[in-house]
Amino acid sequence: MTEELNSKDFQQKVLNADRPVLVDFYATWCGPCKMLSPTVDEVAKEVSDRADVYRLDVDKAPDVAGQYGVMSVPTLIVFKNGQPAKTSVGAVPKQNVLDLLD
Amino acid sequence: MIYDVCVIGAGPAGMTSALYAVRSGLSCVMVEKLGYGGQMAQTPELQNYPGFPEGVSGFDLAQDMGKQAEEFGAKLIRAEVTNIDFSASPKVISTPSGDIKARSVIVASGVESRKLGCPGEAEYAGHGVSYCATCDGNFFRGKDVAVIGGGNSAAVEAQYLAGICKTVYLVHRRDTLRAAEIDVKHFASLDNVKFVFNSIVDRIEGADGKVSGVCISNVSTGEKRTIPVSAVFVAIGKTPATEFLQGNVDLDSTGAILANDSMATSVPGVFAAGDVRQKNLRQVVTATSDGAIAAKSALQWCTHH
Repeated sequence: MTEELNSKDFQQKVLNADRPVLVDFYATWCGPCKMLSPTVDEVAKEVSDRADVYRLDVDKAPDVAGQYGVMSVPTLIVFKNGQPAKTSVGAVPKQNVLDLLD
Repeated sequence: MIYDVCVIGAGPAGMTSALYAVRSGLSCVMVEKLGYGGQMAQTPELQNYPGFPEGVSGFDLAQDMGKQAEEFGAKLIRAEVTNIDFSASPKVISTPSGDIKARSVIVASGVESRKLGCPGEAEYAGHGVSYCATCDGNFFRGKDVAVIGGGNSAAVEAQYLAGICKTVYLVHRRDTLRAAEIDVKHFASLDNVKFVFNSIVDRIEGADGKVSGVCISNVSTGEKRTIPVSAVFVAIGKTPATEFLQGNVDLDSTGAILANDSMATSVPGVFAAGDVRQKNLRQVVTATSDGAIAAKSALQWCTHH
C-alpha cells in the first residue's frame, strides 16, 4: 500500500523532494478513491526509480487539500520542484496516471 | 498466449463471467480500466442483493467477487481497451499495456455517467463540477449547490447534499421528478431543497478557477437566469460504455449492445453481459445472472470452434 502522508510531512516529502512526487488526495468514504488506489499502488511500484508516490487523506489534512484547491476526490497532483505541475480528477485508467509523470 | 475468453470490464457481470468461465475449464483474462466493481464499487450500501439482510458495501462485495474469480484462476489486467479486432482469429483486444488475444470475448463494460455537454462543464470538473455527491459534497459544506437531473440518482444526491449544504437547487428539464415515490416523499421534510423545474443548463460559470454559478433557461417561458452556486452535481443518468467497439457490434439507439437470451451479440464469439446490454432492469443481480449465461455461451462457442 502506498505510503500515507500527513500535513507535517508534506513540506519535507513533497515540496522539498528532488524528484517528481505524485500525491493521491483521497477520502475514506469515497468509492472512486477506493477503486483508484490499487492502480496508484501499481504505478508507485513501476515508477519507484524516478518518482515518489504518496496518498493523503483529505479529512486528516484539510489544510493541504485546501491549499491546492482540491474540491473533488480522488484528485491526483504531480509536484515538481515544490510546485503542482499536473492534476487529474476522478478515477482514471492506469495509463492516465503514468502520463501525469511524463 | 491465446485465452479462451477475454472479459472486458470487471464489474459484477464481468467478474461473474470470469468466475464461471474458469470454473468450466476455460482460460480467462479480465481487462478493467479502473478497478473491481464498476458502478457497484461506488455504491456505499447495497440493500437488495440477496443473502445480505443487513446490506453490504458495494466496494467490499466487489473485492470479494474479484478475489473469488482470481482464486479459481482468472487473471486481471488493469488497462483501458483502446482498440478491438473481432474479425481476426483469434480476436484481438488492444490496450496501452499490449494486445490480448482470445478465442471469445464477453463485453461487460457497463455504463458511465452522462455529461451535460455544456460550456464550463469540462473546464470546472473537479473545481465545483462533480458526478459524485457522496465523494465531493463535504467540500461544499454550508454552501449553495445545484443538482442537475430528475431521476432516482438526482433525488438521492439532492437528499444527501441537503444534509450538509445550505441550499440545494434541483434543476430538472421536466415539470416533475421521475424519481421513485419514496424519494419524492422524503423531500417534503427538507426545506432547503428548491425545485427548479422546466429548466435546462446553458453553461456553468466560474471565477478564480472554480464554479460560481449555473446559467439556466426555462424551456416553457424562455426566461434565462443564473443561480449563484459553489458546485454543480450532475446526475442525468448513465450511458452504455460502448464507444471503444467503434460500431463493430450492433447497438440500439442509446448505445446499448443488442444481445439475445444467450447473451450472443451480432458478432459470432462475442457476448455481452450486464448494464452494457439493452435490458429492462440494471441491477447487480441481473448483471451477475448475465455473466453466468455469457460464460456458458462462451464455453459452447469455444467447444465448437
